Amino acid sequence: MANSSLAGSNPLYAGRRRRNAIAKTLAWIATAFGLGWLILILGILLFEGIGGLSLSVFTENTPPPGAAGGLMNAIVGSLIITILAVVIGTPIGILAGTYLAEYGRHDKLSSVVRFINDILLSAPSIVIGLFVYEIMVAPMGHFSGWAGAVALAVIVIPVVVRTTEDMLTLVPDTLREAAASIGLPRALMIMRIAYRAASAGIVTGILLAIARISGETAPLLFTALNNQFFSVNMNQPMPSLPVVIFQFALSPYEEWQKLAWTGALLITVTVLALSVIARSLTSARKSS
Amino acid sequence: MDSGGRDVTDMTLRSTSVTAAEAASRSAVLKRLRLTDVVFHGLTRAAAMAVLVLLSGVIVALVIGAAPALGTFGFSFLFDESWNPVTERFGALAPIYGTLITSAIAMLIAVPVGLMIAFFLTELCPMVLRRPIGIAIELLAGIPSIIYGIWGLFIFAPFVQKYIQPPLIDTFANVPVLNSLFAGPPYGIGMATAGMILAIMVLPFVTSISRDVFDAVPPVLKEAAYGVGCTTWEVFRNVVLPFTRVGVIGGFMLGLGRALGETMAVTFVIGNAHHVSASLFAPGTTISASIANEFTEAVGDLYTSSLVALGLILFFITFIVLAIARYMLLRLQQRAG
Repeated sequence: MANSSLAGSNPLYAGRRRRNAIAKTLAWIATAFGLGWLILILGILLFEGIGGLSLSVFTENTPPPGAAGGLMNAIVGSLIITILAVVIGTPIGILAGTYLAEYGRHDKLSSVVRFINDILLSAPSIVIGLFVYEIMVAPMGHFSGWAGAVALAVIVIPVVVRTTEDMLTLVPDTLREAAASIGLPRALMIMRIAYRAASAGIVTGILLAIARISGETAPLLFTALNNQFFSVNMNQPMPSLPVVIFQFALSPYEEWQKLAWTGALLITVTVLALSVIARSLTSARKSS
Repeated sequence: MDSGGRDVTDMTLRSTSVTAAEAASRSAVLKRLRLTDVVFHGLTRAAAMAVLVLLSGVIVALVIGAAPALGTFGFSFLFDESWNPVTERFGALAPIYGTLITSAIAMLIAVPVGLMIAFFLTELCPMVLRRPIGIAIELLAGIPSIIYGIWGLFIFAPFVQKYIQPPLIDTFANVPVLNSLFAGPPYGIGMATAGMILAIMVLPFVTSISRDVFDAVPPVLKEAAYGVGCTTWEVFRNVVLPFTRVGVIGGFMLGLGRALGETMAVTFVIGNAHHVSASLFAPGTTISASIANEFTEAVGDLYTSSLVALGLILFFITFIVLAIARYMLLRLQQRAG
């Protein structure tokens, strides 16, 4: 007690304690501020989007200005483009990640690839869109669903490379040595032992990649473009949910703006669900 | 060869004739395995190379696409404010200016707030809340940027127009420098609003990376500081921050890279005006917003090419920022490992 009264009377201690209290308060305020935005954004999204949610959203195509309609063609287009992007991007990503973790863990090529991959991971997605426009849309002379799928695949690859490498690196080397000691060739060791041990992590990476691309708008704007009608022709411009949201939100028509909110809600729910599933997959693996 | 036959073969016979057959099948199997090995190794190597090809492809495609514009305007493209599709005169000054200003506003808000949240999460937060709050912040990072955009357009911009801009304009009307920085009329959309939305977007990145590097500080260091009587803030300020400086700066650069290249969140609220104006409340444009708004409507090769040239400049800037970020994070990793 004598000690604390001494501390209280000393102006140096009082000043330090006051600074500490101020910093702690600021930290509480900052956290409340950060979480406040999350609640505000999700709350308003729910409030604005849920009103427009009805069966017709999934069964009717995007309407002309001033009419009622749904988002079916955009939802179908988004699904097709996303699935194709994953089908194109995932094998390349897994193989490249395998090289980094299994064959060239310490060689020069790997450190360069790792660095470049990290750059691609955060590269502006609109630049990816320009790139695909230059290599596909301009030579072919028209916008197409394929170009959209390729643009999204370019975004999938670095995500999958990164998680595959990380997850394979976590596989204990004793497993690899055990496989090698019974004469299993390296390729089979990787495919039958390492992939199996890292499977949950690799699936997580793919889910995170899907979450990442399902809201991407910028790379689709001038690759897949948009389409007012229902289309499954990959050689034609294809509608997608994010691009429809972009177009409808900036329009002056109230029906379109309402549909934009509903579409935004659908995308957010999808993305959040995917990240939660991905997270639970890895945490289940850790606890087992 | 015939495994059923092998079981009943007499041992003496086996040592001669069957061994030859077995050796043949064995070598066939080994050959196949070796082939699998070589093919698989080659495939993974090719995929790794594909990542390199991808990046060089992006650069080459952009340079080829930008060549007509850069050839016509030369270096003055970087310093020209005009953007006139009719007379076909284009300059990148306004978009570059807008990109830098909005990113600067975003970092000015996100860095201190993100650091304080990370401080809270690693030092102050009750253990039970640490995981849920950490996850919530990471979820904020996962929300697609178009959601921030639509939210910014319909909710945030009107709010700024009504409650933030008028008081600021009035307050600083007679203060020399600030009155041109906060000059009216309050449109709601503009560079300040875009910067603030970017700040909300970048905040989770800054927070989660700072938290990760703070968590990597050896507990002994912190305990030693507490042992000599430091307060929580002093431990953070004088032990944790200096120890993790490289990583924290790397995290900022990563967030900055994100802010510079962000498209959808900005496009909705920037106003798309090719002007360099001192007022933060004035509509402006950024590189990514110009491309998103104008690319599909661009008529004429020079117009398209100028937009691609903008993309090339953006890629160049973010490449440098991201490379510095990765380099710094790598240095921290090497020190820790």
